Amino acid sequence: MPQVYPALSAEQKKELSDIALRIVAPGKGILAADESVGSMAKRLSQIGVENTEENRRQYRQVLFSADGRIKKCIGGVIFFHETLYQKGDDGVPFVRTIQDKGIVVGIKVDKGVVALAGTDGETTTQGLDGLSERCAQYKKDGADFAKWRCVLKISDHTPSPLAILENANVLARYASICQQNGIVPIVEPEILPDGDHDLKRCQYVTEKVLAAVYKALSDHHVYLEGTLLKPNMVTPGHACPFKYTPEEIAMATVSALRRTVPPAVPGVTFLSGGQSEEEASINLNAINRCPLPRPWALTFSYGRALQASALSAWRGQRDNESAATEEFIKRAEVNGLAAQGKYEGGGEDAGAAGQSLYIANHAY
Amino acid sequence: MAHRYPALTPEQKKELSDIAKRIVADGKGILAADESVGTMGNRLQRIKVENTEENRRQFREILFSVDKSISQSIGGVILFHETLYQKDSQGKWFRDILKEKGIVVGIKLDQGGAPLAGTNGETAIQGLDGLSQRCAQYKKDGADFGKWRAVLKIADQCPSSLAIQENANALARYASICQQNGLVPIVEPEVIPDGDHDLEHCQYVSEKVLAAVYKALNDHHVYLEGTLLKPNMVTAGHACTKKYTPEQVALATVTTLHRTVPAAVPGICFLSGGMSEEDATLNLNAINLCPLPKPWKLSFSYGRALQASALAAWGGKAANRKATQEAFVKRAQANCQAAKGQYVHSGSSGSAASQSLFTPSYTY
Repeated sequence: MPQVYPALSAEQKKELSDIALRIVAPGKGILAADESVGSMAKRLSQIGVENTEENRRQYRQVLFSADGRIKKCIGGVIFFHETLYQKGDDGVPFVRTIQDKGIVVGIKVDKGVVALAGTDGETTTQGLDGLSERCAQYKKDGADFAKWRCVLKISDHTPSPLAILENANVLARYASICQQNGIVPIVEPEILPDGDHDLKRCQYVTEKVLAAVYKALSDHHVYLEGTLLKPNMVTPGHACPFKYTPEEIAMATVSALRRTVPPAVPGVTFLSGGQSEEEASINLNAINRCPLPRPWALTFSYGRALQASALSAWRGQRDNESAATEEFIKRAEVNGLAAQGKYEGGGEDAGAAGQSLYIANHAY
Repeated sequence: MAHRYPALTPEQKKELSDIAKRIVADGKGILAADESVGTMGNRLQRIKVENTEENRRQFREILFSVDKSISQSIGGVILFHETLYQKDSQGKWFRDILKEKGIVVGIKLDQGGAPLAGTNGETAIQGLDGLSQRCAQYKKDGADFGKWRAVLKIADQCPSSLAIQENANALARYASICQQNGLVPIVEPEVIPDGDHDLEHCQYVSEKVLAAVYKALNDHHVYLEGTLLKPNMVTAGHACTKKYTPEQVALATVTTLHRTVPAAVPGICFLSGGMSEEDATLNLNAINLCPLPKPWKLSFSYGRALQASALAAWGGKAANRKATQEAFVKRAQANCQAAKGQYVHSGSSGSAASQSLFTPSYTY
């Protein structure tokens, strides 16, 4: 092995580590407000609103105008490129509004998925070209963390070894480049919930994917203390006939993470996938009550699961703005509690009653 | 990805996990008494005792017949093949003596190194042939864990990618086979201390090696909760002119483990690798006092660092039995304290305790 060539100085490492810890401070999680123009089209059409830049701006304003109550439950907000350069009605850039609340600003940097030839419809994610220059600019413009989403799916022959290897590698390249520019990379290897596979299958695949991701991060000399992980929870496929409790989902999820995610990673911020707002909160809560030892923060990076109620309360109407903002604050506070295992709502998982539903971990 | 074929049943997993936890419970560690015939030859020569089977048996008998309270410090003993089938002078099997004291019996399984052609003197480890049958027999004969030592060195172009990959792969194969036969595999990827490299270089190499080991274990479907890790501490090379404190060694060591060893691994039992008895204890203590979070037990699996004083006290004479036992028990208790971060340096340890036990290019 040749001489060591440190990728980062001690100061660079400290900066990255501090940013990561701020985002996942106890009780805090991330608002994923980085929907692309195309994704926003879907959201807005569901509430009968036209997908214009102005409407997208107004909608994000509904979220960002939340009052100081979100300071204790939101540690970071992920922006889409367009939004990073938009302002509120008061002329204050959204970036400043968020930073003034003590919340870290993040930016989506991937450029979407592309097909992997010779596979069963699998993809990798593009966006590496000129990434260093883009990161340097985003850092100047107020971003301190970034997000890059890779996608894998479960079927008879997927994810294939190629898809796992390629997506892990591209995530590691992205992470390395971010860190060179003072940006904390959120690493997102999402395994879609599409399919009829059961919980065990998802756990098995998740463990394989995460092991590959962390090997790639090691190979690319990524400083783990200055990263965050954004994985799927371990759940059955949407079409799976068996139902599982939040405790089973929690046990499978935490087992998978314990076997693959080094303790140096400061935080795991789950994506909500297709879960409803309440489901996403209840599952996160169960995860934080799981009796297995958990050396990282376990919190949220939710898009739909934080915004669904706010979106439908807003319906594009100015008059509905404060009601919509309230809906968002409500979900943010609930998830802040869930990130500490303190959420008592939902009925199913109330205190001691929920504990007995955990199954002995050796079965996972 | 092909359908999942579980490597182990829930019952098998539970058995392995229980054994592993028992070995490292409450500050207990491991006595590595598995020196091969050749290696015992080196040890006995130092105290001018002839290397006969009877002498080897006598020395082991003295150690194993100490008072039962030894089981508060020693959770497991690794035996060499010959020793597993030896008895004390009353005709009682050593393995039964140990088990009755509540100590788990382990067995060395590797069969030494073989050169890797095209490298700078690097090796792979043999022993996979017929390993499953050997494990099954050892399990019947009283063993509940195995040990396999891979060796990597820091030198020009070393460790090479090939050496890392090949040794990680063999360790994973060995671990998989052990678990199929109800034996907990101790995974030992030793980066030897020969050389003049500094602490940082050893840390860099150790991180790469451990990342490769855990990727290989994952690839081979090894159940991490039913394994133990036996790594080197992160130290400078023996010929390094810069000196480091136990706290520096501790921080480098725990940081390395933090970045590579999943929390699912129940225990990490360090090898002593030529450190004096006292240094091995002081370093282990500093490791357990290190302020980083430590989700695994951090204990010892010491050979030389538990036996040096005992050997010197024995000198091959039966009359020295009591002194030999006292010397051994003293080190065992000291290391148990260190494994809980409670060791208080006595300051009056004998000369043998402070003597460096370094042997260049140490092989068993």
